[in-house]
Amino acid sequence: MNRLVKRSVSNFFALKIPSKSLCTGVVKVPGSNVAEILNENEKKENTTSNSIQQYDIAIVGGGMVGMALASFLASMPMTKQLSVAIIDSNPALSGSMSIKKEDPPDPRVSTVTPATISFMKDAGAWKYVEQNRHAYFDKMQVWDYTGLGYARYNARDVNKDFLGCVAENKVLHSALLSCIQDSDFKRTIYPLRLNSMTLNRSSMSVVEENMSSRESSSAQGQCARLQLSDGNSIYAKLVVGADGGKSRVRELAGFKTTGWNYSQNAIICTVEHPSENRCAWQRFLPTGPIALLPIGDKFSNIVWTMSPTESNQRKSIAEEEFLKDVNSALDYGYGPHPTSSLSGTRDLFSWFQMDTTVSANESFEVPPKITKLVSERMVFPLSLRHANSYASKRVVLIGDAAHTVHPLAGQGVNLGFGDAYSLSRIIAEGIALGTDIGEVNLLKKYEAERKPANISMMAILESFQKAYSVDFGPFNILRAAAFHGANYIPPLKRTIISYASGEQNFPVFL
Amino acid sequence: MALNVTIHRILRHRRFLNSANSTLHLTNTRCFSHAPSPSPSQSSKANDKDPHSGPSSLKDNELAKFAAISDTWWDSEGPFKPLHLMNPTRLAFIRSTLCRHFKRDPYSTRPFEGLKIVDVGCGGGILSEPLARLGATVTGVDAVEKNIKIARLHADLDPTTSTIEYCCTTAEKLVEEGRTFDAVMALEVIEHVANPEEFCKSLAALTNPDGATVVSTINRSMRAYATAIVAAEYILHWLPKGTHQWSTFLTPEELAMILHRAGINVEEMAGFVYNPLTGRWLLSDDISVNFIAFATKSQNAI
Ligand SMILES: Cc1cc2nc3c(=O)[nH]c(=O)nc-3n(C[C@H](O)[C@H](O)[C@H](O)COP(=O)(O)OP(=O)(O)OC[C@H]3O[C@@H](n4cnc5c(N)ncnc54)[C@H](O)[C@@H]3O)c2cc1C
Ligand SMILES: C[S@@+](CC[C@H](N)C(=O)[O-])C[C@H]1O[C@@H](n2cnc3c(N)ncnc32)[C@H](O)[C@@H]1O
Repeated sequence: MNRLVKRSVSNFFALKIPSKSLCTGVVKVPGSNVAEILNENEKKENTTSNSIQQYDIAIVGGGMVGMALASFLASMPMTKQLSVAIIDSNPALSGSMSIKKEDPPDPRVSTVTPATISFMKDAGAWKYVEQNRHAYFDKMQVWDYTGLGYARYNARDVNKDFLGCVAENKVLHSALLSCIQDSDFKRTIYPLRLNSMTLNRSSMSVVEENMSSRESSSAQGQCARLQLSDGNSIYAKLVVGADGGKSRVRELAGFKTTGWNYSQNAIICTVEHPSENRCAWQRFLPTGPIALLPIGDKFSNIVWTMSPTESNQRKSIAEEEFLKDVNSALDYGYGPHPTSSLSGTRDLFSWFQMDTTVSANESFEVPPKITKLVSERMVFPLSLRHANSYASKRVVLIGDAAHTVHPLAGQGVNLGFGDAYSLSRIIAEGIALGTDIGEVNLLKKYEAERKPANISMMAILESFQKAYSVDFGPFNILRAAAFHGANYIPPLKRTIISYASGEQNFPVFL
Repeated sequence: MALNVTIHRILRHRRFLNSANSTLHLTNTRCFSHAPSPSPSQSSKANDKDPHSGPSSLKDNELAKFAAISDTWWDSEGPFKPLHLMNPTRLAFIRSTLCRHFKRDPYSTRPFEGLKIVDVGCGGGILSEPLARLGATVTGVDAVEKNIKIARLHADLDPTTSTIEYCCTTAEKLVEEGRTFDAVMALEVIEHVANPEEFCKSLAALTNPDGATVVSTINRSMRAYATAIVAAEYILHWLPKGTHQWSTFLTPEELAMILHRAGINVEEMAGFVYNPLTGRWLLSDDISVNFIAFATKSQNAI
């Protein structure tokens, strides 16, 4: 049995380029009790032995971030020969749920940054997003209910065509899936859940004396064993926890987290308005921010933060009532429109004016009037959670498993894409240098690359949250001043924009 | 005899690093990682092994140090942590020099497929295993039997490394057996041998005509003294006190000269520099502390 495992694994390495025919589509094996979705290549291997399958990498969780990792691995010469198992019971992974452009928009959307877009382009996945509903936006307006300040950002300020793009999560997810199906990547999808995991971390000194036990301890000694929900197991040299905020991998590997829940919820839903929208809007209310994000056609997505009581009430009120509340929150509710950008605190910042950007002269605009609710209203609690460590021997965390942030500024999934990209590069580097890909020193490099970036983004979101979820009275004036500052100092504003668009690691702002 | 060996410090391997993957941050470490002073009982045990008869490069007190901590070879936080951390850096150098010399595709995942490589003084196999993953047919030899046992057990944990041949023997014995290799590696070994000049002759004899030899060690400079001995052994406690004897170190010029006398020419040399802020090692042209040399056999000099 060990020998079989050995042979199939060394074949994986010997095979440089697997035959082209394999991965044209993911086929569900009907009635199979193992319930695996296998490509041709692995089906053959499976029939020749009943031994436990061994993979180079097991990705637990095939959400957007897990699939992003798989597609990045599939697109690089150093990693595309790896054998990868993806474990997730989400039916979307079977590829049977096709997406149509005319389908009503889903309330779960993500704002992807230019950095994320370029990662997806590199992997060949972005073209599939463009075939479905998506919306680039080139303007952003942020203002607050006191009427004192507003800031407008324009892609032209940073010589870009757009600031970001909003797409439904299912569109991003299926684009990544299609991209993997296009490649000849050797992946096996297990439509199951991870139940438990055994990490063999025994030190060499234990086995030192008994050379005769070599055979029995061999082959799997370098692997983690994953027990799946159907009772079967697989082995992997590296386990990637991409299983979201309640990560089982994180729990089983013993990574501690730091975090808290805010006593706030967000309502998300999709709405319709009379004309197309190319701007991302965000208004800070005494109860928390409301955002209106374009998602293509005449649709936009609402992310509105408020207290749990308010959110439960607003979830169930009649549609007209809800729309009235939304329109008021985006317009005159809670306070007046900001006066012209030449108000109040202007003198404080007047010395910066010599460097005024185009958008600093743009005047405040009122967001489009919402006329219809086109999706259900979903409510979820806001929380912040961060794993104290992302990597140990043979286990690594990416995406929400490593860090959960609230959706303000839509950074959740972008941080995850950044993780997946970084990890894929570090695995490629390890392979180029003959490193065991589960080696802790290699995985710690990924942690060192991502942790500071994620922590500083979390700190920014955290301070935004603090600053805007509470009415600090006089503090509002400072906040308004900060907006003015942001509007009048082009270099600083550029930094903010490039930070929010994922191009820069350390903000000078906040 | 005039020493006219040119040391090329042009770090041509950087070309590979930059083009293949711009995010290659080579984490690196100390080239010197060694053993604590042995207890008397362990040293006698370590020294009664069979490769120790006849003229040899062996230095018993050096070997005893390694025997005493052999079971910690694969503990990435143990005494050999520096070797683990520096491994990617030296492999980057080896990968790029050997790919160029043997005209291998630098983008291949197994560029050393078909190359016969010997790792002299392989210890627990920290270098041998990655060489095997890169496709080489690897023979690892070490004078300490315990090291070989550990290396064997560890390599057997992974099918791709279980093909490595490990033997408790010395370079001299391999020469006597008439064995030759496409590439000969002796990393962090020469500072522990009794006679570096004889040792280099053995390395040369093991190298095929047109083959390559790679040697790394610590420089005998004041900076090396400060960094390698004082800092690593006394301040950072990376290495047990007494691991290194400064007087046994070779300078890059001396190494190039004795290799030249043995019939191999140093073509490229690089240094490893430690960045205390990041805790990483980088390849550099600063060879004043730790350095690695790539040499080829010059047929006419034999
Ligand atoms: C309701 C909601 C709305 C959100 N809205 C926004 C937004 O508007 N903008 C924004 O930027 N971010 C938003 N986020 C956050 C964003 O969705 C996440 O950052 C992003 O989805 C993280 O992706 P992920 O792949 O890491 O995790 P997930 O998307 O959570 O995927 C985890 C996957 O792991 C699988 N899984 C879990 N446990 C196991 C197991 N034991 N075995 C096998 N598989 C397992 C699950 O089936 C799932 O497919 C929202 C999050 C939620 C919950
Ligand atoms: C510092 S370790 C280096 C190990 C390995 N080359 C590496 O770099 O990972 C030195 C090794 O050389 C071995 N050694 C010392 N003198 C030797 C000799 N004359 N012949 C063979 N091996 C020797 C020691 O036993 C020890 O394992």
